[in-house]
Amino acid sequence: MPTPLIQFEKVEKSFGSNTILKKVDMEIYQGEITTIIGKSGMGKSVLLRHIIGLLQPDSGRVLFQGRPLLKMKREERRLFKKKVSYVFQGNALFDSMTVFENVAMPLVERFRMPKADIRDKVREKLEQLELFKVDDHYPSQISGGMKKRVALARALVTDPEIVLFDEPTTGLDPIRKHAVHHMISGYQKRFGFTGIIVSHEIPDIFYISQRILMLDEGNIIFRGTPAEIKNEQNPIVREFIKDQESRLDDLTGMAMQTQGEKRFHEEMDRLERYGVPFSIILLTIENVEEISLRIGHMAAQTVLKDFSVHVQKHLRIIDSCSRLELNKLMIVLSGSNPDRAKIVCTRLSIELSGSEISGEQPFPEFCFSISAGFIGVRKGDKLADLIADAESKQDMRYDFRVC
Amino acid sequence: MGFLQHAENLITGLGSGPTKWIRELGKTALFFIEGMFYIFSYPFQFRKIIGQIHFIGAKSVFVITLTGAFTGMVLGLQGYYTLVKFGSEGVLGVLVALTLIRELGPVLTAIMIVGRAGSAMAAEIGIMRITEQIDALQTMDINPIRFVISPKIAGAIISFPLLTAIFDVVGIYGGYLTGSVLLGINPGAYFSRIELSVMMEDITGGFIKAIVFAVVVVTICCYQGYFVHLREEGFGARGVSMATTSAVVISCVLILVVDYVLTSFLL
Repeated sequence: MPTPLIQFEKVEKSFGSNTILKKVDMEIYQGEITTIIGKSGMGKSVLLRHIIGLLQPDSGRVLFQGRPLLKMKREERRLFKKKVSYVFQGNALFDSMTVFENVAMPLVERFRMPKADIRDKVREKLEQLELFKVDDHYPSQISGGMKKRVALARALVTDPEIVLFDEPTTGLDPIRKHAVHHMISGYQKRFGFTGIIVSHEIPDIFYISQRILMLDEGNIIFRGTPAEIKNEQNPIVREFIKDQESRLDDLTGMAMQTQGEKRFHEEMDRLERYGVPFSIILLTIENVEEISLRIGHMAAQTVLKDFSVHVQKHLRIIDSCSRLELNKLMIVLSGSNPDRAKIVCTRLSIELSGSEISGEQPFPEFCFSISAGFIGVRKGDKLADLIADAESKQDMRYDFRVC
Repeated sequence: MGFLQHAENLITGLGSGPTKWIRELGKTALFFIEGMFYIFSYPFQFRKIIGQIHFIGAKSVFVITLTGAFTGMVLGLQGYYTLVKFGSEGVLGVLVALTLIRELGPVLTAIMIVGRAGSAMAAEIGIMRITEQIDALQTMDINPIRFVISPKIAGAIISFPLLTAIFDVVGIYGGYLTGSVLLGINPGAYFSRIELSVMMEDITGGFIKAIVFAVVVVTICCYQGYFVHLREEGFGARGVSMATTSAVVISCVLILVVDYVLTSFLL
């Protein structure tokens, strides 16, 4: 195991008689997105505030690369703070300053760069976050989603190594929520920062996180990967994530990944007991990143939503379609052998190819490049292997474009 | 045991109020000292200080001129009818000028600015606090006291004496308007008496008062806004409204208390 970038050692924190953190130990690793989940009021934001130094522990230590934050010398702490950015739940934009001034603020005050450099850097960041022609607007004059992006731009303008997100999607509609998740994940890949997210958005947040921590009653009761949390035996963790399992993905209106897996296991059970065949089709949207970059995260999510509605129209009622990853949909074809799966896959690719997925397509020049792979399931096959097979076998793949 | 316990509770109860006040006073003093320190720290925040002089000073000129004029006029009226009983209406100019320069000028200017700018400062900083803008500054490693408070302290210390001077001059002309123009005192006598009687100490005393009031007003108003989240009796918007009220009330009362203390030292 590598050395953690940030480490909490027996951190305790109380407000009056209310103990929020009870000897919390946790580790954050470099280059990963770590998500802290837990019920409301359990102190998730309090944890984040300890990292940035807005709060200090009553006892215990917070370490950065093995050095306790409180024992750092002034200069050292200043260097550390330069590497960290914080995105507030309520954005915390300076409401008497324009969007441009807000984003430029850390550069002007902290980095003391020449004016021209600041202007270029701020413009670049605003453009990357699809904030066009709002430089002179005040935060109260722009929409909620835009405010979130301005807050994100302000946090990313200093090229931080660590970004802390305090409930970045609270109060956003499903499309904006997914756009923000997509944005965080995209920028994390592009800029390589270490992300720490406090979130309630289960299981959406699992798609973009590498590590999950669950805080309950002042203690970390789970630490592990998103795959591990689904098999966790701790009743509190199970209870917490079970609530979400029956939900449909509010973006695509499809079943969630866990439900897709459940369906797979049910079908596998039928196959093993009664020999009823089934197959899976995997639809991968190859250029979702490129589309996001060119027409914006929001627009990409809208098109994705329309696409999934379109796919569902072409399926039988007994087939199930679930969201597997940010850009992957899995269809489980009940009672279908590979030949039938091939027919369905061919039909789907012909019917979907070139089709108008939205009545009013606002971006006609951009098309999704979709690859569809199918595979018949045999007894004892593992889902992960099947997905990898469906993705890799060239002769079973159809590539087409949907506009 | 029961009696001792009661006695202990009583003494603790009696002492907790004053100790809380003393602690609060200490915190306020440290808050001011920190704010003052950062005025002189590099890089200087000239633009922000000038912005504050504009907000506290330039924008208050009209209201100060208006109040100064009417204060002088009423002093002229009252003074004339009192002095005429003793046949000494010739010293009206001295009465008006000294009252304004020593007392009413600094005090009324300070009270007017509390109403106009002090309440605005408390509300502005309070809203910054409850919307986490102050926390945001901290996360960016920008010292909020330096960024928000110091320019206001500098702006107030520069603006208060200047506004007081305007108040005094306008007030003296107000007294002239009622005393000479309306009631017929010789204008020459009015102004020459002022020239003879007003000493440099009177003017410095007035300015010292203005500077001290500036410190009191700006510290109280900023402090109330800055620590709005620590108020026990109100949160959010209610907290800000209470902080603004406290800022105005405490500032006005303290102006009068400090005025008495300073006068007793200066006389």
